Amino acid sequence: MSNIIGIGAAPRRKEDFRFLTGRGNYVADVKRADMTFGVFIRSQHGHAVIRSIDKVAALALPGVQAVLTGEDVAADGLGSLPCGWGIHGSDGLPMKEPAFPMLAQGKVRFVGDMVAFVIADTLEEARAAAEAVVIDYDVLPSVVGVLEAVRPGAPQLFEDVPNNLCCDWELGDKIAVATAFKKAAHVARLSLVNNRLIGNPMEPRAAIAEYNRGTQHYTLWTTSQFPHVVRFLMANLVLKIPEQKMRVVAPDVGGGFGVKQFHYGEEAVITWAAGKVRRPIKWVADRAEGFVSDRHGRDHVTEAELALDENGKFLAMKVNTLANMGGYLSTFGPNIPTNLYAPLLGGVYTTPAIYCNVKVVFTNTVPVDAYRGAGRPEATFVVERLVDVAAAEMGIDRVEIRRRNIIAKEAYPYQTPMLLEYDSGDPMGCLEGALAAADVTGFAARKAASEREGKFRGLGYSTYVEACGLAPSRFAGRLGARGGLYESATVRVHPSGQVTVLIGTHNHGQGHETTFAQIVSEKLSIPTDKIEIVFGDTDKVQFGLGTYGSRSLAVGGTALVKATDKIIAKGTKIAAHMLEAGEGDIVFENGAFTVQGTDRSKSFGDVVGAAYGLVNFPVDVLEPGMEEKAFYDPVNFTFPGGAHIAEVEIDPECGSVDLVSYVAVDDIGTVINPMIVGGQLHGGIAQGVGQALFENCVYDETSGQMLSASFMDYCMPRADNLPNMQIATHSTLCTHTSYGVKGCGEVGTIGSPATVINAVVDALAHLGVSHVDMPATPSRIWRIIHNRANRLRAAE
Amino acid sequence: MIISFTLNGRSRTVDVEPATLVAELLRETLNLTGTHVGCDTSQCGACVVLFNGEAVKSCTLLAPMLEAGTLLTIEGLSGPGGSNRLHPMQEAFHQNHGLQCGFCTPGMVMTAVALAAKNPTPTEAEVRHGLEGNICRCTGYQNIVASVLAGAAAMHPPAAGE
Repeated sequence: MSNIIGIGAAPRRKEDFRFLTGRGNYVADVKRADMTFGVFIRSQHGHAVIRSIDKVAALALPGVQAVLTGEDVAADGLGSLPCGWGIHGSDGLPMKEPAFPMLAQGKVRFVGDMVAFVIADTLEEARAAAEAVVIDYDVLPSVVGVLEAVRPGAPQLFEDVPNNLCCDWELGDKIAVATAFKKAAHVARLSLVNNRLIGNPMEPRAAIAEYNRGTQHYTLWTTSQFPHVVRFLMANLVLKIPEQKMRVVAPDVGGGFGVKQFHYGEEAVITWAAGKVRRPIKWVADRAEGFVSDRHGRDHVTEAELALDENGKFLAMKVNTLANMGGYLSTFGPNIPTNLYAPLLGGVYTTPAIYCNVKVVFTNTVPVDAYRGAGRPEATFVVERLVDVAAAEMGIDRVEIRRRNIIAKEAYPYQTPMLLEYDSGDPMGCLEGALAAADVTGFAARKAASEREGKFRGLGYSTYVEACGLAPSRFAGRLGARGGLYESATVRVHPSGQVTVLIGTHNHGQGHETTFAQIVSEKLSIPTDKIEIVFGDTDKVQFGLGTYGSRSLAVGGTALVKATDKIIAKGTKIAAHMLEAGEGDIVFENGAFTVQGTDRSKSFGDVVGAAYGLVNFPVDVLEPGMEEKAFYDPVNFTFPGGAHIAEVEIDPECGSVDLVSYVAVDDIGTVINPMIVGGQLHGGIAQGVGQALFENCVYDETSGQMLSASFMDYCMPRADNLPNMQIATHSTLCTHTSYGVKGCGEVGTIGSPATVINAVVDALAHLGVSHVDMPATPSRIWRIIHNRANRLRAAE
Repeated sequence: MIISFTLNGRSRTVDVEPATLVAELLRETLNLTGTHVGCDTSQCGACVVLFNGEAVKSCTLLAPMLEAGTLLTIEGLSGPGGSNRLHPMQEAFHQNHGLQCGFCTPGMVMTAVALAAKNPTPTEAEVRHGLEGNICRCTGYQNIVASVLAGAAAMHPPAAGE
């Protein structure tokens, strides 16, 4: 059976055909009969009181169906947008959790905050009407940076949130850290900024809502990574409509990266409005709207210290971070800079004592939430930069200092001082692999060649680990999760023997339709073209938490394996009956149930036929049919990681940084489809390189206006900015997932920013540069080089 | 106003508002939703189509400009002899995993077809430069570049005896 394509093979993707031929089905492609169009009116001010909204002129325009505002929301008694995590401060008190209304109630808190929703027969009419709505604001001073937001006298976003402080959170053993610092031979210190990013999936967010007056059912098509969570949160907590009358469909989605894993106000408003106007409504964000309303990522200001003994052994680490939450708490907001950040500060090292304080701060900016990596790139950046600073200050080679502190392969499972127990890993093995692949021994010659051309060359390392496969529910619950984080899958074997899998994860580029089919193909010996993977529709799929946190294969894949095992178990019972043998004597191999040690067997198709035909079936002890469902809650996170090496060349004349080569050797556990994994790593690394060299979301400090709200102002990595990356895997097996898989969606983005910046700093080390903030743009690098040169000249 | 042009090999006559963008005409009036709109500043390239053989961003083209011209969209790209098989460039993207979420893909493929038509044997650097006007957020471009190189080679098979 040569058409069985199982684990480790690289079949081309089943989902490609529709995308390559223009036959994908994205939300913006959906049209419904009698459809109207919606336009959101968004705040143009960073911070203002709404004095009045006059919609009379707008309502008089042709085609206008409704203009809805916060007053209408309040009049209907609707809830505010819920936060999925409730964290507690070091004082034991819960975080401040101000309401996040779906349309502003009396006040706007960021440019892009939603004030009104206009519905008309055509998009042009809706836009014209939006122009005609008159909103009178009392503009207040804005505060956009975390340092400014906590200063006395700063503009206050909420009356009951003093100093804009949502939560003063901590993790770790403060006393042990203080004791260790007293004994230190050397302390390395670093102040850094982790720049604010905008995820910018290429498909802008969109939604269509429809209400059926006959059945009182609502349908929402939305660009979401987790339609069941949208349904749960929106139906129960926001709109208060029966969950069973709410269908959420997330069809083909054009990239997510976290940006589409939140319950957005637009979803709730459009669904509610469809019930009011009794016609379908379509809303598609334009890119400018996306910049000021898609949830942002990162945005930390951090002071970090590493205590070392005289041999460069890490004794303790102390980290103080201020994390920007933006104007409100988004779905996962407060979880990201706390639970997904501080626990990773141990990195791949044996640092025995760590303490981290995070001040979670409100500002007049777009709410900040998870973006690819979410907390873990920030942690890796702190650790890997600090290690390099310590190495430079102590005169220890950067690879050598890592060698002295890396957790040995034999030491796994390894309990860190920051809650996590790493189940498996071999960071030194990854580093050795990367050193060989990057030809580090030839670097000196390459650097000399660059110098002859007047250029600076640098090499950067990062050895890192992340925690993904979100998440063990009880563990997450102790940290503040307000819901479970398991996954579910149904395997439906049709009477023909063909298979439909219904799974709660969501495929928006990751190749699930192929990878999951490979798993079922391997388990049941069915060709992948007879297996269909269905996702993204709450009316079809039983339940699911969706796709984020590199969880789909580790958590969803394990649920799928469990459901498939149940199919085999039932098939074994049926085959035992058909073959008049004991269940314990039946083995399932190569698509057949065989009485062990004999040639008596029944094919999978025969057994499925019996399950539906019931001619030779133990109907007195077994239910007919062949469909099984499984839920899986992980027992731990998975801990992928690896070693990355970047080489850069800087042209001091213009400050441009050329990323010359990039090597990544990652431990992601068992690889199901190496082609798809390669694509995930390339894309992940490119996004991390984007943070390091190009991308930056900038706000005007006093007005709260976004200065980087287009692709002309926000620099996305393009084809000629990147080299061909060399990627490889050096895998250890996860001890608790099916097949030992770990996540691979985020590793690239987590390991790469520190790698690239470490290379940039190395290239500039001869000028006395010890840190460069991201992004390392030509203007920033040019200024650093010329300021240093001027200072050196002045000193002469 | 009434305009006539050739769309994917068939002559079409449509009544449009003069200010209609070609991207909008394709998606909203003609139901050809394979051409995607990913930005509002002509930066992303998701909407690239071939107009008289040139790769153009259909968000920068007004519908009346199509008059008497020839437009090819992703839906009209097909294999040898107009078969339903994939065009060599589409096949190359499939074989080289040159797409993930699929949203930038139509624009990438159309840009690549035009690039390979002009330069049958592009270098990697030429391909990277040629894709500057198309943003992909998923792939890091590596497999797209490999796809375009393979697709260009497949579009121009060496003549017999070479």
